[in-house]
This record gives sequence, C-alpha cells and structure tokens, in this order.
Amino acid sequence: MMRQIAIYGKGGIGKSTTTQNTVAALAEAGYKCMIIGCDPKADSTRLILNRKAQNTVMDMAREKGTVEDLELDEVLLHGFKGIKCAESGGPEPGVGCAGRGVITAINFLEENGAYGEDTDFVFYDVLGDVVCGGFAMPIREGKAKEIYIVTSGEMMAMYAANNISRGVLKYAQTGGVRLGGLICNSRKTDKEYELISELANKLGTQMIHFVPRDNEVQRAELRKKTVIDYAPDHPQADEYRALAKKIAENKNFVIPTPISMDELERLLMDFGIMESEEAAA
Amino acid sequence: MSTAIKDTQKMIDEVLDAYPEKAKKDRAKHLAANDPSGNCSTCKVKSNIKSRPGVMTVRGCAYAGAKGVVWGPVKDQITISHGPIGCGQYSWWSRRNYYNGQTGVDTFGTMHITTDFQEKDIVYGGDKNLDAALHELHDLFPLAKSVGILSECPVGLIGDDIEAVSKKVEKEFKMPIVPVRCEGFRGVSQSLGHHIANDTIKDYVLGKGKLEKTTPYDVALIGDYNIGGDAWASRKMLEEMGLRVIAQWTGDASVNELGIAHKAKLNLIHCYRSMNYICRHMEEQYGIPWVEFNFFGPTKIYQSIRKIASYFDDTIKENAEKMIEKYKPQMDEVIAEFRPRLEGKKVMLYVGGLRPRHTIGAYEDLGMEVVASGYEFGHNDDYNRTYPELKEGAVVMDDASLYELEEFTRRLKPDMVGSGIKEKYSYHKMGVPFRQMHSWDYSGPYHGFDGFPVFARDMDMTVNSPTWNLIRRKK
Repeated sequence: MMRQIAIYGKGGIGKSTTTQNTVAALAEAGYKCMIIGCDPKADSTRLILNRKAQNTVMDMAREKGTVEDLELDEVLLHGFKGIKCAESGGPEPGVGCAGRGVITAINFLEENGAYGEDTDFVFYDVLGDVVCGGFAMPIREGKAKEIYIVTSGEMMAMYAANNISRGVLKYAQTGGVRLGGLICNSRKTDKEYELISELANKLGTQMIHFVPRDNEVQRAELRKKTVIDYAPDHPQADEYRALAKKIAENKNFVIPTPISMDELERLLMDFGIMESEEAAA
Repeated sequence: MSTAIKDTQKMIDEVLDAYPEKAKKDRAKHLAANDPSGNCSTCKVKSNIKSRPGVMTVRGCAYAGAKGVVWGPVKDQITISHGPIGCGQYSWWSRRNYYNGQTGVDTFGTMHITTDFQEKDIVYGGDKNLDAALHELHDLFPLAKSVGILSECPVGLIGDDIEAVSKKVEKEFKMPIVPVRCEGFRGVSQSLGHHIANDTIKDYVLGKGKLEKTTPYDVALIGDYNIGGDAWASRKMLEEMGLRVIAQWTGDASVNELGIAHKAKLNLIHCYRSMNYICRHMEEQYGIPWVEFNFFGPTKIYQSIRKIASYFDDTIKENAEKMIEKYKPQMDEVIAEFRPRLEGKKVMLYVGGLRPRHTIGAYEDLGMEVVASGYEFGHNDDYNRTYPELKEGAVVMDDASLYELEEFTRRLKPDMVGSGIKEKYSYHKMGVPFRQMHSWDYSGPYHGFDGFPVFARDMDMTVNSPTWNLIRRKK
C-alpha cells in the first residue's frame, strides 16, 4: 500500500536534505519512492536528480499558458534508483500566491496519475511554515496521512515544531492525518538528544531518530548528491539508512498534543538551557 | 404607540415567527413599523451590518458598488475588471447608464475589459498581466482619458501590487491610472464600494481637470448615473434655471468633469448614499456647499427647484418660479390623466440606497400610497431621511430576504411591487404587478419634468395591465 508522508519543520532546518537522504536510503532498500517538493524555491529534488533545480509544474504551466496544456513527463523526472521527482514551483518572493501553486501542482500530479500504483512512498517536502491553506494541501483529505517534523535543539526550531503540531492537530480532527515523530537534525546544541526526546514526549510522539551533524552531508550536497549516493560507506549514510528503516517500520502514529509557549520555555529551563527570569534578575 | 404601528408590528412578528430563534432575533432589528414623528424608539431599523447567512440577501459586493455604480458610467475612461472572468462578465453593462459618444473610439461605457485571471496569474501574480493589458489598451484606444483598475477578490488575496503598476504606467501614459481596492469580500454590501470609489476619485482625478472660466452659476450634478437618460432630464432643468452644469457625476461623465467639480459654486447631490463622501470632501477641502434634491414627481421637483434656487441670486430664483409656472400645467395634465387610474393603489418598494425614499413623492402625486419600503444597503442616515416620508405604520425593511418580501406582499396585498431583477420573476410567478426600480425596466427617464410623464405611464401600465389576471392562479 502506498504511504504518503509529509515533512514539515522550521525554514533552513534541513528538511530537504534529510528527506532526500532518507528517500535515497529507502530506494536503496528496494522501495519505490517519489518526492514532491512543495516550496517555490524548488530545491527538494536536486540531490536525487544530481542537477540544479528541475522544471517545476507551475513554471511549465506558466510557459504553456495553462496547467491543462502540461504533459506529465515534462515535470515528473526520474533520479537516483528510479526515484520519481516533481516540484510544485511558484512565484518569486513577494508576489502572487505560492500556496495556490502547491494546490494546483498537487492536483495536476494526482489527476495525471503521477503517483502510480506501484509506488511505496510519496514524500512531500513542504516549505518552512504552514502559512496558509496551500501549504497544508499535502496533509488534507486523501493525501499524506503521516507527518514527520524535522527539528533541532534550537529554541526557534522547537517553537516551529510545536506550532506545526497545532496545524496537524487541526487536520487530525477533520481528516486522518497523524504525527509519526520528530526527526532531530542535530545542531550540536546542549543536551539536544534529551531535550528533543522530552519535547517529543510532551507532544505525545517519539523522537524517531537523532541525525548527528556531519560535514559529509555538505560535501555530498556540493556535488548535488545524497550521502547514500556520494559516500555509501560513510557512517552518516548508515544514519539515514537507520532513519529510513524506522520510518518504514513505524507504527507509532498519534494525534499530537501541542504545548503552550510557557510550557515550552519551562522545558528549556528544566534542561538548564534557559535561565528562569528570577535567576536572570 | 398608535394602532397602525401596533398592527404592523404584529404582522412583522408573525412573519418573523418562521425563523429559528437566533435568526428571528437578528432580523427583528431590521424590520420596523414606521413612525414619521420619530417618537417611537422601537420603530427604527438597524442597518449596514453583515447579512445573516442563509437569508439569501440580494445585496451586492464592494466591486459591484465601485465598478457597477460609481466608476463604470465614466464614459471616456476604460474600466478594467482585474481578476478572473466571472465578475467582469456578470457586470457587463446592465444599468443602462446612457452617454454620448462613439463607443470604442472616444467612449467605452458598454465595452468590457478584464484581465481574465488564470491559475498562473494567481500563483505568479497578476501584475504583469495588468501591465500588458494597460499597454494594449493604450494602443487600441488612444482617445481614452484614463483607466480604472477595479480589483476582484483574488487581487486582494494574493496581494497584487496594482498601485505600483498604476504609478509606473501613469508616468508613461501621462493620464490617471486609478487602482481601486474594491475586492468583493470587503465590507457588508456594495455600499463600501461606493465609498472606496469616491476616495479614488478624490485621490487620482479630482482637482486635476481643466476648466477655462468659471461663473457664479456653476454647479455640479453629483450622484446621477443617467439611467435611461435621468441626468439629461435633470441637467436640462438646471440649465433652464440659468445654472451652468460644469460636471455630471458619473452618468455621461468625462474624466475631465471628475477633475473640475471642485470649481462648482454648489454641489447638487441626487444619490446621497453613493456620493455623499465626495461632497463632504469638497466641502471640507474647497468650501463648496452641497444640497440634496429630489426630481421624482412634481411635488418634490417644485420643492427641490426652490431649494436649489435659494442658494443663488434673484435671477435664478425668478427663473425657478417661471419654470415651475411653465411646467405645472403639463404636470397637472399628467396627474389628471393617470391619477384616476392609480388613486388608492398600494406600492411596496425594495431598492438600493436612494429610491426607497426618493420615489415616494412621485407615487403620492399619482394618488398611490407606499405601504412598505426598504433598502438593500442603506445606512442610518438614509433611514432617518425615510421615516418622515412614509405614512405611519408602513413597513420599513433593511436587507430584506425574499421570504420576508413575499410574506409582506401576501399580507399587505400591494397593487404593485418595485424592486430589482432578482425579485422580478418570483413576483411575476405570484401574479403581482412588478416594476424594476433599479433599471426602470428598460424605460426612463424618470427624473424631472421629462421623466414624470414616463414614470406615470409606466406605473399605470404595470398596475393596470390585464396580463396579471391571466397569470394569477384561480382560487
């Protein structure tokens, strides 16, 4: 059965890198995968395709005049180990409606049978914040049922993770979407492992994997490759294989229990990362 | 409280009984029995607030008010409906704002331009499309004096920067390019669209027109949209009084006329609801007094002519009297012909923002009585001007639903109903004589001495047509 998974998280946290490395590991393990980039920056597939940004659905639609004139094979490309890749695309910052672009693109892909019956995993790599309905498209009725949030031990990343949980909560109540866990993409902050484990606990979910920081990822990225592709024997590649395996075998799907801003700050104080106001005074 | 008021209130309560509790409580505030004296505190209606979902209001939107009412009739401006095709298509001329000129050459009233948004315009922004449209229009229609950009809903949602496009193109073409932020979701009815349109006239056009010389008798005719030639009928009278009409807003108006109205000595406002804003602005900014007038039916016409004349010297006052003397026999003749056929007939009105009160006098001149009247988008000040015009116990309605209109019709049994296209056919089915009072049912003019004979004939034609007896179901 095809599993549709959406990856959310604070902007710049490493969603696209983590997604592509994990999908590469899944493909290596024999799963048939697809990645749909839901971000006007269109950088969700370059490590799989080993090339600069691909033609996006919206850019091609603009070129052709309308979405109806578009052919599937113009926007659905095949990369590493046959992974299918599509990018929604969208406007430059400050104009138009990127959210509508995501909706239009996903509808197009669906209507034109991009998903295929033999696909095991579809990953949606979604822009940083769920700013409007368009960016919630991947988790609306009939699409991704599983969500993973990429975070780190940094305050704002945790704040974003909590905020995204609220969005998930909304769609969990109306549709069948569930949170599958937090992925900690380490920034080497203090007590990061314990902190994110505890945050996951508070949100009612699990820290599905702790991805250590390693420059091999950057070295691979500079060559437009995933670590799996560039350095399959490197220990970091095994980390992504481990994450891929955990996702493939995951049974822990929950309706998240987002916490208040106060609770989040208390958590940081409990771990001695933030001083309480009295102590600071 | 008088019996008339009590009886009407009882009837209103019965009609309201069909509603669920919450809707009933809300709608009760919008329906009242009229008290012309103003002593009855419960006899006032609430207005200009959000329509109750589910009542099927007949109100329009801000775009309708800005495009359809205020900006649309300006004849040498090209009006672009910026957004998807629907709003533009469905607002393609239907208000019959007459104008002089060669359509497609120097005037553009009945033409329609839209940027016809596609998915790509939503996602990538419609500004490039708009820029291209403005350049194409400039090439196609070199005699256009300005372009109005009327925003449809998506323009506001995606944050299209139409002001930036306007500013850039204005410099290139050296004429006003007017961005109007009249997205339909703004406000509670078309009324906000009027206000927004007034503000853009003020910001982009007013004060920029050319007028060679001024005279002490210069006036501007504001808020007459020349439906079926109404403004022409009014203008003729003002000129016969010795006044010089330097601007007509916006029926048969040129962009230049919008730019010179501030040079008038007096602003004469017909439709107060849609254009009081600009009159107040000209009063504050340029010290120009403004006066409301009513050219429906001889009684109101005589009063209005004298009121207008009172702002000027004896020459004008004498002219006014002479004019009344000249036309009174004609008006009396019309009354003599039609009053016997219409005497005692009851009228129910439900129109926009002016006619529910302004036409009462004309009906009364014909011996008819307005038993119920209401506004789609009137404000408090409109209702305060209406209460004294209606008889005690008449029904006052705000933002009425079709259910309410039908129920009041069944109970009050009016001899004719005057309302709009959305109401017309349900009344036809009910077999109730009906007249469209937005568009004059493809007739007109109804203003002034020219208009009253047409008005009288049309009302007679409506009320006394044998057709209705053929439609009515046999009991």
